[in-house]
Amino acid sequence: MINKIVEDTRQAIQGIKSGDTVLIGGFGDAGVPFKLIEAILRTDVCDLTIVSNNAGTYKRGIEALLLAGKLRKIICSYPRSSGATAIVELWKNRQVVLEVIPQGTLTERIRAGGAGLGGFYTPVGVNTLIAKGKEVRVIDGKEYLLEKPIRGDIALLKANKADRYGNLVYNKSARNFNPIMATAADIVVVEVNEIVELGKLDPESIITPGIFIDRVVLGGQK
Amino acid sequence: MKYLPLTERQIAWRAAQDVSDGTYVNLGIGIPTLIANYVPEDREVIYHSENGILGMGPEPMPGEEDPDLINAGKFFVTILKGGCFFDSSLSFVMIRGGHLDLVFLGAFQVSEKGDIANWTTGDERTIPSVGGAIDLAVGCEDVRVLMRHTTKTGEPKIVKECTYPLTAKKVVKRIYTDLAVIDVTEKGMIVREIINGYDFDKLKSVTAADLILDENWKYLIVPEI
Repeated sequence: MINKIVEDTRQAIQGIKSGDTVLIGGFGDAGVPFKLIEAILRTDVCDLTIVSNNAGTYKRGIEALLLAGKLRKIICSYPRSSGATAIVELWKNRQVVLEVIPQGTLTERIRAGGAGLGGFYTPVGVNTLIAKGKEVRVIDGKEYLLEKPIRGDIALLKANKADRYGNLVYNKSARNFNPIMATAADIVVVEVNEIVELGKLDPESIITPGIFIDRVVLGGQK
Repeated sequence: MKYLPLTERQIAWRAAQDVSDGTYVNLGIGIPTLIANYVPEDREVIYHSENGILGMGPEPMPGEEDPDLINAGKFFVTILKGGCFFDSSLSFVMIRGGHLDLVFLGAFQVSEKGDIANWTTGDERTIPSVGGAIDLAVGCEDVRVLMRHTTKTGEPKIVKECTYPLTAKKVVKRIYTDLAVIDVTEKGMIVREIINGYDFDKLKSVTAADLILDENWKYLIVPEI
């Protein structure tokens, strides 16, 4: 019998180790797996590289990981935000490596990682600081940058509902990066608001098919 | 003659008059966000938000905020009838793939060729943050900029060549400032509208790029808002 549901967040993140690249879903606070991130705080893993759209705010989520000294590097599109103080301080003091990527390139690099592609050519970033060190290729008269795939050792995601197969539906704009990241890590873990019986999710409405998911844990209401 | 530069709301009002019925529009953070308040009511416009919304509505009534329903600036919003949600990848397929009709952005500088600098000043003390700025500037055929004509210290923001790090080259089609409406064309920057009490010579003195005055130029007239 397939049952991806685990009892608690400690079991959910099992296998995470120091030095790992961790994909974390969310945009702002919407769709961030806060309970799974808290579970990392209770382990002794460190030296992590985080891939996420933002870099955390108000001592929660990714900011809590930064404050706990668990991160070596953050790959994101928009670290600046009201309430984002840890990333600014640590970046200024060179205590964390920051790589800033255009948002559409970030999501597509993760998509490429999940889709088994070696990268893609995008016009985004041509003639900008983003192009530094990247191959420029002219295709049909237009310039493009080669962007390489991103994959994680583990992905921590947030969804609204799951069944025991790991089929997922999301809530409103809390979907964001979660379905893409679900495809692009060796271990994919989802924190959900609700677990439902198999068959309760409309097959026409499932956003992330369970094939991508390894573990599901109930995180409680948002 | 006395003149009054437009307020941010008035700049947004002017830009809003150019939003056609039936268009898909992305409003960047800052002054562009205000545009939605001033689009004439008889026009049906669908607003896109990078974080995965089409059909985004105004901010919710107090008490009705949903932490899972925010815009790209992370403010609470609503969704209108016919709206939908999607993931970030599909959202940027819409942007990069040229599916949006209009994108309005703020900017630090715009060059006379339509280059835009709007994501970083290159100041090493400020944490770089790009978000969707480059994708939006590159992906849409019709990118328009709303900004003050000069910086707080009076430096021109419309320039020959951008000195701040570029967001994208040759993408801006029209600029709305507190003094004028200017089109970026093959022939150069053409001034279409100037505020009352101001004139072309004064405009040239606060602009660091060559300007051409449209022979049919008009006064830039906006309501008190």
